[in-house]
Amino acid sequence: MTKKVHLDHAHLLHLLKAMIRIRHFEAKCVELYQAQKILGFLHLYDGEEAVSVGVMEALTPEDAILATYREHGQALARGVDMRCLMAEMMGKLNGCCRGRGGSMHFFDRARRFYGGNAIVGGGLPLALGVALADKMQGRPAVTACFFGEGAVDEGEFHETLNLAKLWRLPILFICENNLYSMGMAVERAEADVDFVHKASSYKVAGEKVDGMDVVAVESAARNAVDRIRSESDPYFLECATYRFRAHSMFDAQLYRSKEEVEAWRKKGPIERFQTWLESNKLIKPDELSAIEKEVDAEIAAAVAFAEAGPLEPVSELERFVTMEEVPA
Amino acid sequence: MTVNFSLLALDQILNNAVTIPHMSGGQFAIPLVIRMATGGGRHVAAQHSRSLEGWYAHIPGLRVLTPATVEDARFMLKGALADPNPVIIFEHVMLYNMEGDFPSDMKEVDIACAKVRRAGRDVSLITYGDSLFKALQAADALSSEGIDAEVIDLRTLRPLDTKTFLESVARTRRCVIIDEGWRSGSISAEIGMRIAEEALFELDAPLRRVCARETPIPYAAHLEDACLPQTETIITTARELVKPS
Ligand SMILES: Cc1ncc(C[n+]2csc(CCOP(=O)(O)OP(=O)(O)O)c2C)c(N)n1
Ligand SMILES: [Mg+2]
Repeated sequence: MTKKVHLDHAHLLHLLKAMIRIRHFEAKCVELYQAQKILGFLHLYDGEEAVSVGVMEALTPEDAILATYREHGQALARGVDMRCLMAEMMGKLNGCCRGRGGSMHFFDRARRFYGGNAIVGGGLPLALGVALADKMQGRPAVTACFFGEGAVDEGEFHETLNLAKLWRLPILFICENNLYSMGMAVERAEADVDFVHKASSYKVAGEKVDGMDVVAVESAARNAVDRIRSESDPYFLECATYRFRAHSMFDAQLYRSKEEVEAWRKKGPIERFQTWLESNKLIKPDELSAIEKEVDAEIAAAVAFAEAGPLEPVSELERFVTMEEVPA
Repeated sequence: MTVNFSLLALDQILNNAVTIPHMSGGQFAIPLVIRMATGGGRHVAAQHSRSLEGWYAHIPGLRVLTPATVEDARFMLKGALADPNPVIIFEHVMLYNMEGDFPSDMKEVDIACAKVRRAGRDVSLITYGDSLFKALQAADALSSEGIDAEVIDLRTLRPLDTKTFLESVARTRRCVIIDEGWRSGSISAEIGMRIAEEALFELDAPLRRVCARETPIPYAAHLEDACLPQTETIITTARELVKPS
C-alpha cells in the first residue's frame, strides 16, 4: 500500500520553499534576538526543517498538531500566519497568543495547532486527549504529535503510547531524534536507542526514516497517515535528524565535536534537496532566487507587522486566568 | 532542574520522600537534597517562571531553604546534606550570576534562622530570594525620605523562623511581606497570620503584602514586570504604612 509522493515540479519547489521559509524566518529571529527584540529562550529548528515540512504534507486542515518549544517549523509549515508568529516572538498583542507565550508557546486554534509546550514530553498526554475527543465525537481527524527523543525518557511517553494503542487512537507520533537532549547524548540517556522497538513494546507500529530527506519524510508520513485513518491505530515515526546550532541561543556545545556538526551540516535537508534538484535540472537558478525573494519579502512584512503591533495593556493581564465561557 | 519540572517528580517527593519516615513509624529516614531553580524575570513564559517554594513549604516533613547570598548558596547546601530529612533548596534564577567572596575561615551557616540584612526602626520588610535585593533597594530609597526600613531575609520557609520576624515587627510596628509567589494561600499569608496570631497588638498599621499578580507569568517583558514584585511597589507600600497620605 506504499504511496509514492507525487513529485511534480510544483510540488518539489513547494517543499524547497517551505524549508527555506523556516530557515530564513529563524535567521531573522536570531537577528532580532541579538537586537533584544526577542527575549528569553529561542530554540532553533535549524537542520530539522525536513521533518515538519514532510509530515505536514500528509495532514489535512481537520487534523490536529502538537509540538514542543522548538515549534517554529511546525507552526510555519502548518500555515499559521507568519506575521502573528513574528509578533508573538516580539511579545506583541497582534501575536498568535497576544505576546503571552513567546517563542515556546505558539497556539492557533483555527489551525488546530495546540502548542508550543515547554515541558519535555508535555505534548504527549495532550495529544492523547485531543485524539480521544476527536474519536469520541466522530471526527475523522489524525493528531500529529511532535516531540524530541528526550521525551522518550519520561513516563508521559510510555503512558501515552500504551493508552493510544489500547484505545486505538488516530495519533501520528513523530519522534524528532536529533541525538541530543540539551547536552545529553541519546546513548547516555537511553538503555535502548531503538525507538521503533520501544514503540513496538506497546504494540504501536512504526518505522525510522531519514529526517534529513524531505521526500522520504513526506512519503513515510503519507503512508503512516493512510494507515492511521484506515485502521484507526496509532503509528510511530522516528525521524533521524540533527540540530545545527546550540540547544537554545547559547550553549558551549562541549557535548559534541565541531567535526560532527560539520558532517551533519553537509547532509542538511535544504542543502541536500536543493543540490539534488539542481543536479537533476529540476530547478532553474531564477526559480531559486524567486523563492528566496518571496520568502524574504514575507519575512520583512512579518517583521513590519510585529514592529507596528501594540503591547497588550497591563490592565488586561488578568483576562483569561479564568474563562468566561468555553469558546465556540 | 527548575521547580516547574519538579511537578513531574511530585509523586516521589510528596508521596514517598516526605511521607515514608512518619508513615513507617520512624523505620526509615530520607536524607535527600533537591536543588531547584525558581522564580521569574527571564522572559521565558508561564511554564518556566513559577515560584512554588511557598507551595512546597505547605508540606510537613520537608525543609525548604531559600538562599539569596553567595555564602548561603554555598553553605546551606552543606547544612542540607547533613540533615536526615528531605530538603529542597530553592535558588532564584536571577541570582545565579551573582558573584561574591565569603570569609576564608567560613565553614558553615545556620539553616534554621532568618537574618536581619538591614536594621531599621520604622517598618519591617520581610522577604527571601531575589526579592531580598528589591527590598534592600527599596530600603535605601526609603532612607532618603527619612524612612528607616528593616529588611528580614527569611532564608528558610519551612520550618519558619517566626522569632526573628516577630521580634522585628515588635520593634518597627509595621510590616510589608514581599513574596514572588501568588498571594492566595501563600507563604506571605502564613507569615501574616503568624504575626496576627502572636503580635497583633504590637502593630501600629495593617499588615501589607507585595506578591506576584495572580496569573500565569506571561512572556512579554512589560507584562512579566507587572506580574512580579518590583522595588517601586515595595517603596510605595512601605511609605503608605509609615506616612499615610
Ligand atoms: C520535564 C522537563 N524537564 C527538563 C526540561 C529542560 N529541558 C528543556 S529542553 C530539554 C531537552 C529535550 O530534548 P529533546 O526532547 O531531545 O528535544 P530537542 O531539544 O532535542 O528538540 C530539556 C531537558 C524541561 N523543559 N522539561
Ligand atoms: Mg533531541
